[in-house]
Amino acid sequence: MKAAAFDYHRATSVDDAIQQLGAADDAKVLAGGQSLVPLLAMRLARPTVLVDLNRLADLAYVRRENGELAIGALTRHRTVETAELVRRDVPLLADALAHVGHVTIRNRGTIGGSIAHGDPAAELPAVAVALDATFRLRGPGGERSVAAGDFFFGYLMTALEPDELLTEIRWPVLPQGTGCAVEELTRRNGDFALVAVFAALTMGADGVCTQARISVAGAAAAPLRADNAEQALIGSRVSAADAGAAADRLAAATDPPNDIHAPADYRREMAAVLGRRAIQRAWAQANRTNAGE
Amino acid sequence: MSDHVNGAAEGTVANKVPVTITVNGRTHRADCEPRTTLADFLREDLGYTGVHLGCEHGVCGACTVQLDGSTARSCCMLAVQADGSEVTTVEGLAEDGQLHPLQEAFWNRHGLQCGFCTPGMLMTACELLADNPDPSAEEIREGISGNLCRCTGYQFIVESIQEAAPKMRPAT
Repeated sequence: MKAAAFDYHRATSVDDAIQQLGAADDAKVLAGGQSLVPLLAMRLARPTVLVDLNRLADLAYVRRENGELAIGALTRHRTVETAELVRRDVPLLADALAHVGHVTIRNRGTIGGSIAHGDPAAELPAVAVALDATFRLRGPGGERSVAAGDFFFGYLMTALEPDELLTEIRWPVLPQGTGCAVEELTRRNGDFALVAVFAALTMGADGVCTQARISVAGAAAAPLRADNAEQALIGSRVSAADAGAAADRLAAATDPPNDIHAPADYRREMAAVLGRRAIQRAWAQANRTNAGE
Repeated sequence: MSDHVNGAAEGTVANKVPVTITVNGRTHRADCEPRTTLADFLREDLGYTGVHLGCEHGVCGACTVQLDGSTARSCCMLAVQADGSEVTTVEGLAEDGQLHPLQEAFWNRHGLQCGFCTPGMLMTACELLADNPDPSAEEIREGISGNLCRCTGYQFIVESIQEAAPKMRPAT
């Protein structure tokens, strides 16, 4: 359980990091290290060089910009989870972060690291897909933005090029009258999800759903946006029957893995159960918000 | 300025890198390979054997220390990353021969059986009580859910933390 030897480079700037990533054959970015260092210890990852971003203090921030919340890639999970701005503007993100590992892991883990790692059972990729977050990537040729929906290809596969760095995640601010809920099934507290559903529903004062954002983790090779369930809810009053029908649609769209942790059929059935609960809880919270509670 | 540390090709001994860290108020400087975890560095190079290593991949929590004021799993960090940091290990909890209130409570309530998980439990409980000075039993269970007790003696650990909580609350 000891890592194989590698070179270590402490990046002094984003450009320096990008240059180092391009210079080596098999370089890896070290951010919070909560996934990478165990992978090194088990020798599932054997990079030649580690490019450590941890001294790049200008990559750690949470700020409101042009109606969006901009979060620097190196911001720690715990910092984001407890930020007043996040709780107010993107509460689904704060709710989801409470399910990431344990506090000790969240003290070190970073937002950008979780996104770039691209685990389909992880919370952050799924929330980013639900909320249409945008990722800012920088490489030797300059900067580009990629929508969350176009970023995750499959198990640990993303649109990030080997010499590119994820620098910022931009989150649309959720409108007034939005309720959020996360429903997650794990064998033990802090484990990766067998299945998790993330829902944000916006309810009008007339009690009709105007916007629905729902995604599922652990249900396919990449985080799944449940747009069929969203379409079923928008324009409805989100009755128990509406929630159940939308959750059934959500579950039907899943293509869950069949592995030692759980059979695919079980995951699909749980996606329907958790989907219904998430939709109903988000709906109830939105109504409480609208009632001024 | 770039700050590149050369490791080594496969099968050879890597160049060592200098690391300076302050542990329990005492500053140490030692050389280590880039691949050395903070846990191994603290135990093997500096002699802080209160840092226990169970799983070495971020599951058991036995190696939990405080790094610059918040808990970290020292097996999920490289020693070179901690260069310039302040670390507190379980050896740093007692002061002037006086047990820390949490240590006292673990002793009093039989919060340790074999003792293997205890350093990590204590470091995690310290942060838990700093964040939430009056936790319910359920909140304590959630707070220590990242620390595995191989004796499964969780009930007494929860009771120990409950007993320590009022003693650690700032006087009002």
